[in-house]
Amino acid sequence: MLKRFFLVLLAMLLLATQAFAQSEPGPMQTVLQAHAEVIAESSRRTIGPAIDAVAGSGLPQAQAVLEAWQAKDMWQRQSDGWFFRAEQIDASTYRLIDFDSGDAIGEADKGDLTQLKPNAGVRGLLGTALVQFQLLDPDPARRADALTSLERSANADLLAPLRASIDPEADAALKARKERLERLLTISYDPDEAARIAAIEEMAGDLGVDVRAALNPLVATTLRVYAGEVPGGINVARVLRPGSEALPRDTAYAMLAEAGLAPPRVTEGDVRAALAAHIDAGNVGGVPVAELSDPARRVGAYTALAAGGLVPAYRTEAEISAALDAHRFAQIYAEPSPAVTGAAEAALTRISTKVGLNQALDLGLDALSLGSIYFLAAIGLAITFGVMGVINMAHGEFIMMGAYTGYVVQQLIPNHTASIAVAIPLAFAVTFAAGVAMERLVIRWLYNRPLETLLATFGISIALQQLFKNIFGTQARPLTSPDWLGGAWVLNDVVSISYIRIAIFVLAMLFLALFLFIMKRTRLGLETRAVTQNPGMAGAMGINPGRVNMLTFGLGSGIAGIAGVAIGLFAKVTSELGQDYIVQSFMTVVVGGVGNIWGTLLGAGLIGGLQKGIEWLNPSNTLAAQTYMIIFIIVFIQFRPRGIIALKGRAAGD
Amino acid sequence: MNRTFLARNPSVLIFLAVLALFTIAVTVMSEGFGMGIISTSFVKTLGKTLTLALIAVAMDLVWGYAGILSLGHFAFFGLGGYMIGMWLMYERTRQIVVDSLASSPIPPTDQEVVDAIGTQIFGVVGSSEFPPVWAFADSLTIQLILVVAVPGLLALIFGWLAFRSRVTGVYLSILTQAMTLALSLYLFQNDSGLRGNNGLSGLQNIPHLDHVPQSVLSVWFFWASALALALGYVFAAWIVSGKFGSVIRGIRDNEARVRFLGYSVEGYKLFLFTVTAMIAGIAGALYYPQAGIVNPAEIAPIASIYLAVWVAIGGRGRLYGAVIGAVFVSLVSTYFTGGQAPDINLGFYTISWVDWWTILLGLSFVGVTLFAPKGIGGLFDLWTGRRTPDRHGADLGPDMGSLREKEAEE
Amino acid sequence: MNFIKTALVSTVAAAAMSTAAAAQDCPIKVGVLHSLSGTMAISETTLKDTMLMLVEQQNAKGGLLGCDLEAVVVDPASDWPLFAEKARELLTVHEVDVIFGNWTSVSRKSVLPVIEELNGLLFYPVQYEGEESSKNVFYTGAAPNQQAIPATDYFLDELGVEKFALLGTDYVYPRTTNNILESYLKSKGIAEEDIFVNYTPFGHSDWSKIVADVVALGADGKKVGVISTINGDANIGFYKELAAAGISADDIPVVAFSVGEEELSGLDTSNLVGHLAAWNYFMSADTPANAEFIAAWHEFIGDEARVTNDPMEAHYIGFNMWVNAATAAGSTDVDAVREAMWGQEFPNLTGGTAVMGVNHHLSKPVLIGEILADGQFDIISQTEPVPGDAWTDFLPESAVLVSDWKDLGCGMYNTETETCVQIGSNY
Repeated sequence: MLKRFFLVLLAMLLLATQAFAQSEPGPMQTVLQAHAEVIAESSRRTIGPAIDAVAGSGLPQAQAVLEAWQAKDMWQRQSDGWFFRAEQIDASTYRLIDFDSGDAIGEADKGDLTQLKPNAGVRGLLGTALVQFQLLDPDPARRADALTSLERSANADLLAPLRASIDPEADAALKARKERLERLLTISYDPDEAARIAAIEEMAGDLGVDVRAALNPLVATTLRVYAGEVPGGINVARVLRPGSEALPRDTAYAMLAEAGLAPPRVTEGDVRAALAAHIDAGNVGGVPVAELSDPARRVGAYTALAAGGLVPAYRTEAEISAALDAHRFAQIYAEPSPAVTGAAEAALTRISTKVGLNQALDLGLDALSLGSIYFLAAIGLAITFGVMGVINMAHGEFIMMGAYTGYVVQQLIPNHTASIAVAIPLAFAVTFAAGVAMERLVIRWLYNRPLETLLATFGISIALQQLFKNIFGTQARPLTSPDWLGGAWVLNDVVSISYIRIAIFVLAMLFLALFLFIMKRTRLGLETRAVTQNPGMAGAMGINPGRVNMLTFGLGSGIAGIAGVAIGLFAKVTSELGQDYIVQSFMTVVVGGVGNIWGTLLGAGLIGGLQKGIEWLNPSNTLAAQTYMIIFIIVFIQFRPRGIIALKGRAAGD
Repeated sequence: MNRTFLARNPSVLIFLAVLALFTIAVTVMSEGFGMGIISTSFVKTLGKTLTLALIAVAMDLVWGYAGILSLGHFAFFGLGGYMIGMWLMYERTRQIVVDSLASSPIPPTDQEVVDAIGTQIFGVVGSSEFPPVWAFADSLTIQLILVVAVPGLLALIFGWLAFRSRVTGVYLSILTQAMTLALSLYLFQNDSGLRGNNGLSGLQNIPHLDHVPQSVLSVWFFWASALALALGYVFAAWIVSGKFGSVIRGIRDNEARVRFLGYSVEGYKLFLFTVTAMIAGIAGALYYPQAGIVNPAEIAPIASIYLAVWVAIGGRGRLYGAVIGAVFVSLVSTYFTGGQAPDINLGFYTISWVDWWTILLGLSFVGVTLFAPKGIGGLFDLWTGRRTPDRHGADLGPDMGSLREKEAEE
Repeated sequence: MNFIKTALVSTVAAAAMSTAAAAQDCPIKVGVLHSLSGTMAISETTLKDTMLMLVEQQNAKGGLLGCDLEAVVVDPASDWPLFAEKARELLTVHEVDVIFGNWTSVSRKSVLPVIEELNGLLFYPVQYEGEESSKNVFYTGAAPNQQAIPATDYFLDELGVEKFALLGTDYVYPRTTNNILESYLKSKGIAEEDIFVNYTPFGHSDWSKIVADVVALGADGKKVGVISTINGDANIGFYKELAAAGISADDIPVVAFSVGEEELSGLDTSNLVGHLAAWNYFMSADTPANAEFIAAWHEFIGDEARVTNDPMEAHYIGFNMWVNAATAAGSTDVDAVREAMWGQEFPNLTGGTAVMGVNHHLSKPVLIGEILADGQFDIISQTEPVPGDAWTDFLPESAVLVSDWKDLGCGMYNTETETCVQIGSNY
């Protein structure tokens, strides 16, 4: 009542100063003007009263104001400071709509208006304030907004309106969300202990992050120190003994010192400052200053000073032990009710086992995905290197060419799905042609000189890289996946994998099948195997080794091109894209066993799994994972030089 | 058979004479000692080029003579740089710290000095404690030993593992490349204790030589590099000229046959791999004080591949070929990528060398491997009238690393 | 021919105007030390073009001290040792009067000993990790307190973030920045276990596990925010994975210190709307000076699609300050210009005035922008000018250090012991 009176008074004051304004402010404008300053400042720290005033004004237009404000549609007119909703008419003109009447009151130039840009924090507060209006809104999208706001930030006051909104809810999906939220809010805010415990037990098997987010604050503890025994009536989690692993002696004593329960230890810095402060004619405590570079002499000098009462003495171990013994260290729950914390601890223990299992599953999926990416990058190499024995250092650049083909196609065909459908065969065609050209021009002259092939193809590799840099620049180029590949397959809040990774996995499997089909079931495959084992004999049987080599090499290169499109979709398109994969690809083939596609598959799986495994052991340093992975491979090859699956017999060559 | 080493290898004398003349010429024209025609930065470039020639000689020993295409010798080069760099940084920082602490009222303890050095060196990369690898950084002698010991030990372990399990040919090349990649990734980590991506910097400021201007210092380093190259060259020539040289050439051309003759092929290879790694370490220790900074990017696998390319372009299997290749390619590269080369205007398109040089270089590898396996060194054969053996198209040996008929000398 | 005429005319005019100018060697050479090839070319080539544009503009205005300016461009090719070599070449062979250049910290550390030895002058335009103040370098980019700290404050105050994921590429800038932030967050009452730190290699592309880890941080009911010092290309994979995981800026906001307009042009930003970046400049800043700068840039580069970014503004301010300082000093002599630089003022493109401090760092406002669907930033917060701090206040070893080249004549002065730790800088 007093507030209302104050507002009216303020509105009158405003009227007096702005006698020239065209009309009287409506009730909502009055409320807004009363908080004009904080609204314009738009900071989460100060905005609270303004939002409360609008939401609590009881006016029917409050919801519209808050929604316009949240959507950055609220503008302030500079001439008189009034707030309006504004709609853009053209580049610099806006139509102003009065909040109170809902009528357009004219047009204004952009220069005369200031847009209110509530930041994400303020928008969140607006969303929470809107919940009470939106929970029963006829529009399901608004109701969903309200639930999203509640999931992000809720408070005790919103529990009742949420409960009231469950029964009238017609939409089944929204109703389920509301019921789940009601359980979670009950855990956090219900005044009735039994209801909370019931809710905790009900949600105990749930993997959701939100459930843990509701439970964990209940079991949060703080470490406190007490002189003597821990007093009763406190919800103690556990009592810690100084010197244990959870509470080292030094930490414990530092806590005592900080709480003023014991004198602090004398640090080396204290000693130096004290010594410097007590230099007396070139001596400190009877020790010449020049000798103080010796730590033992420093201790002597300080002890002498302490004996003279000039400085606090060193704390002895006995004193420290005595002080520690005289105190108790305990972790205290913030939540006062032991029944609730007990239930929450029990629920969390059950959840954490499940979370652990699911995390392992998620890690497995990640490893599988990484393995399939390596496999995809290496499968072309499995043909050119594994089957033909040609070292192609430019293999990575073929991958890059495929990715750039995807980028160029996407520039020409804006529809992402269509562009990918075009890009995949085109990338195959481009890299197939490049591969054939390279085989004809360079590689066929070097078939019995693998080391020279390495150098020549490396030359091609750096030339291609630089050529693409010259054409496309060094900036990474966008290659955007279609929307249906955009999201992630979410099993629960712990296990999820993005669709693009699933697509890469499927693609890798398709290529595996294709490879097996070509090698085992087609004439080209038969001829390839024949030429690889004995070119002279194959030639004598009427096979043209040159043609077979050319086609096989083209096939390997073409597959690299398609892999490039996939890798570009999932990561980035730069001229250095190939570099990132070339060494790993060779590793994959070598570790797996040259000449055997199943080996390559196992190699990719091993490398992917290993890398993820090391990452899991040392989550803060991904670089280390790559390093140790390579070292492992080097050592592995020492013991199985022919890879996981070694060819036996004459096919193995030398 | 009783002719002296030099008489059997006249090219060594010629090489030493050319190197000596070159050194004198550069000294006379330098800013520090003479007319000042050559700028200090170019003296440094030349000094660095000589160290690159030294590692190219090592590479030629291991690839051109023994047929091991190592893509890891730049890792050893970088390690040598890191080892000397640790002492240079430590000692330079120690001087600064001691000077600044001298004015404090209480003289610092040894521990305080070390802590302050740590803060100075690692403060830049967000740490302040000395990692264990710096344990000997305060001793020049030990770090100088480590310059050869660390690359040598790494090569010994790696080589022992690899040769023992008979990894040869391209597999060995890929494996050495993997080793290089692992090492550079390891050094990229801040946790490795060698300042991560930043590496060790300010190495051109030699402790206790603050009063010597860089123009003089650069010539001193140039001399040291020339001396190291001369010694390395003579050592390499001596190795390949004796029985040892015959055996490693035999290994290159037909490993199995040498093994059946009773030679310990692994032992020979291991010895050569380790010794060349040590030479690479010395070259690196001379290179980086001239460059001023050593960091993991220097060790990236591509550097080692370039090394192979130098040797290939210069002409493998002959030591002066390696030197020519390293000097020629690195200087020409510097010229073209430095922006001094004039752009060629074709009317519709301007060829900027900065952009197109790398492409030209890449294609030249292809050209050299396809059309001129002897490299630039092959030109000397025309001059001296050496002939290739006529074996009616048959190669010298069946091994993958062996020389082919048209690149061999008779 | 034309050039000689202009030079002649301006020399005569200058001789009439001032005697100091007569002593000037014409033309005045401006060294540009930016990589035009290699990995850093993408970022640095833009800055080289910016410098050429600024030199051209200055010459159109009549040059400096009666002389024409001449830009000397060299290419250090993203090769850190080559930076030192090229810097020496610029100073001794080309005898430039000033150098504008460098991007990465390691390249700056490589150049420092040479610049200090030969008493050159370098303007460094990129945000960096601080902990340095060289007598011969003016830092026109942001120090951590001009970018990282205000952004963290924004997270704490405006977004109510209680748990932080500090993700960075493994090199010196993220390492030092995250160290400073960790210590700052602890001073703000954030517990150590609420700060998650992860480092990834350059160009990292496999982000699924890290994104999953970040999501899992929300399990204890605290609001999570990501502070990203991820560099360059790696951002693309990171943001793609973030979008695929369906994480919106309202759930887990990400503020990036190395993502600007240039980096976003390689990305489809529709899924990133609302994520944040902190800089001292955004192209979307609505001021007449900025509109003019963008127009001049588009005209110079001949491409309307090119964006402007923060380091470009840093060069713009740095170059103009240098011109004004040289004019004030009446010479391009390094020591004279350096003294004239202290207190130099020049208007920012985003409004307000930048002031060069005696610690060789600029005082500039800090802007926070939300990513928009068109790859630009919506500026939602702009602070008062913040003076750059060479030594952070949030690390114990650095808190006692100050830099003051004017009165103390020292870039690393220990206020506790009242001594100058070193005159040269630490590299």
